[in-house]
Amino acid sequence: MNTLFDKIWDTHVVQTIEDGPTQLYIDRLYCHEVTSPQAFEGLRQRGLKVFRPGQVYCMPDHNIQTHDQDKPVEDPIGRKQIDTLDKNCDEFGVTEFKMNTKENGIIHVVGPETGLSLPGMTIVCGDSHTSTHGAMGAVAFGIGTSEVEMVLASQCILQQKPKSMRISINGKLGKGVTAKDVALFLMSQLTTSGATGYFVEYAGEVVRDMSMEGRLTLCNLSIEMGARGGFVAPDEKTFEYIKGRKYAPKGEAWDKALAYWKTLRSGDDAVFDKELSYNADEIQPRITYGTNPGMGIAIDGSVPTLADIEENEQASFMKSLNYMGFAPGEKLLGHKIDYVFLGACTNGRIEDFRAFTSIVKGQKKADDVVAWLVPGSWEVAAQIKAEGLDQILKEAGFAIRQPGCSACLAMNDDKVPAGLYSVSTSNRNFEGRQGPGSRTILASPLVAAAAAISGKITDPRTFL
Amino acid sequence: MKEKFDIITSSCIPLPLENVDTDQIIPARFLKATDKKGFGDNLFRDWRYDKDGNPKPDFVLNDPSYSGIILVAGKNFGSGSSREHAAWAIAGYGFRVVISSFFADIHKNNELNNFVLPVVITESFLQELFQSIENDHQTQVKVDLPNQTVTNLSTGKSEHFDINGYKKHCLMNGLDDVDFLVQNRQKVEEYENK
Repeated sequence: MNTLFDKIWDTHVVQTIEDGPTQLYIDRLYCHEVTSPQAFEGLRQRGLKVFRPGQVYCMPDHNIQTHDQDKPVEDPIGRKQIDTLDKNCDEFGVTEFKMNTKENGIIHVVGPETGLSLPGMTIVCGDSHTSTHGAMGAVAFGIGTSEVEMVLASQCILQQKPKSMRISINGKLGKGVTAKDVALFLMSQLTTSGATGYFVEYAGEVVRDMSMEGRLTLCNLSIEMGARGGFVAPDEKTFEYIKGRKYAPKGEAWDKALAYWKTLRSGDDAVFDKELSYNADEIQPRITYGTNPGMGIAIDGSVPTLADIEENEQASFMKSLNYMGFAPGEKLLGHKIDYVFLGACTNGRIEDFRAFTSIVKGQKKADDVVAWLVPGSWEVAAQIKAEGLDQILKEAGFAIRQPGCSACLAMNDDKVPAGLYSVSTSNRNFEGRQGPGSRTILASPLVAAAAAISGKITDPRTFL
Repeated sequence: MKEKFDIITSSCIPLPLENVDTDQIIPARFLKATDKKGFGDNLFRDWRYDKDGNPKPDFVLNDPSYSGIILVAGKNFGSGSSREHAAWAIAGYGFRVVISSFFADIHKNNELNNFVLPVVITESFLQELFQSIENDHQTQVKVDLPNQTVTNLSTGKSEHFDINGYKKHCLMNGLDDVDFLVQNRQKVEEYENK
């Protein structure tokens, strides 16, 4: 009761169906090329137009190659999805940030940085990492393609109201501990289903101290605990971040919006369905060892042993370790790695590139490591240049690729070969996620940087 | 896809693994279609086929002693990506029901929107069901949507399952949410003008 989640949700209820879901009004729909074609086709078959085209923004990101974007995508099937999105946007009169234009990038990077994602909004996209936009103080969540079609057709969706959870993290994070480590820590505490059915509000000193980029990373990973979404109540930092961005309100509209945004906080008497609280001291730089994001340890820790695992879960646990080529009880520090990926909607923002650069500055990339550094958007790419990070990275032996989802999910050219280890700043270490047979170790940009120069799993604090 | 739902009795395909994510149900490299057809062929692709496309004999879908239109899976089924392609793959393969002790939220909605019924049962009933299927691969299970019950016909054990009245009505009558929402556009306009 009286949580910020309740306030935003309740403001958007069009009607509640008896013994059924809520009809919820959606302020912003984002679409990419993978999960939208069947939704537009559905409209066509029903003879419908997009109900509120001005509230829909589309951009291709998953299939895009991260080099030579002035040329068409080589894979004909991937290219067809991008072409289909272009055609659908033209036909239905919806705004699109096309491939290789300066507004293009990963949706979850572009939305916040252009000022399209704002506090108090309901935001959806056919993509589970839509929770990212929660960092702006919005209720944002991933949906399926049938639901994309619902929003295109009516600007609404039918949803059961999730329960509310507050996760507070207090204290001060130690040196070398980032928002990514906080998220990886929470996932290992809650498992990949611990927040299923809930919408999470992140709170406490650590979250208040976090930069907007850090909050975007934290909210991005809400789905990996099973949560419907996660958000941070907007504060001065949020308003400062939004002010002046291209699609943010201006002039009088800004003043009016700001006055409203300042009311967006959970009441002092708010009652959550579940409250969890952690201390920053518990959180170290982290890595994953298994094939779901909840299978994580502190970087200097050991893989659990069978004795730590419930009997029902041992078969899944061993399947996972066999896939990864790790043994129960093994320490992973010093383990050789082959690939490093910096990027994705999780860690493809300017601050992530600054963090990575801070470690590799004056060092050299390990010869046998392949490193992909992929900005989350053209805006981020421009900022990397403006700050001269590209030069420092170049001197250390790293090249910067062009923006896109890249090696996060093996839908474009950037794939990790079978059996090889990738230290990745992305969001999922599922079997085959970065290419069939690929072995993903999720980590922060600092851990990725330390691995890139040493060629093995290394505690980044030794470089700080 | 809008196949009306009533009572289904079938043998089952068991998948006693936990946290089966949607990347396993349908890997990302198969998401490139612009229609909903053919995803069933790549259901559980990398568990079902080796890298040369040959069926892996130890995977349950390649074992002819198992059959049926009910998939029984370990807890937290469908976690991860929101891709509805996972539901299209399950429906496309021919499954009408998925039974588990726990589903990920988005995937559960995706199944419902494709007229595949996700049935949540207790962990103990799930384990008993896995045991029955292991003992007799043709164990029959009855899923009765009108009465919201699921019954292991080999032991007679039955459980009630939850589904909201609106969605049950939709499944039993072949209606979908877009139909409902388009009929309610007037209410949306009223909301916008408030």
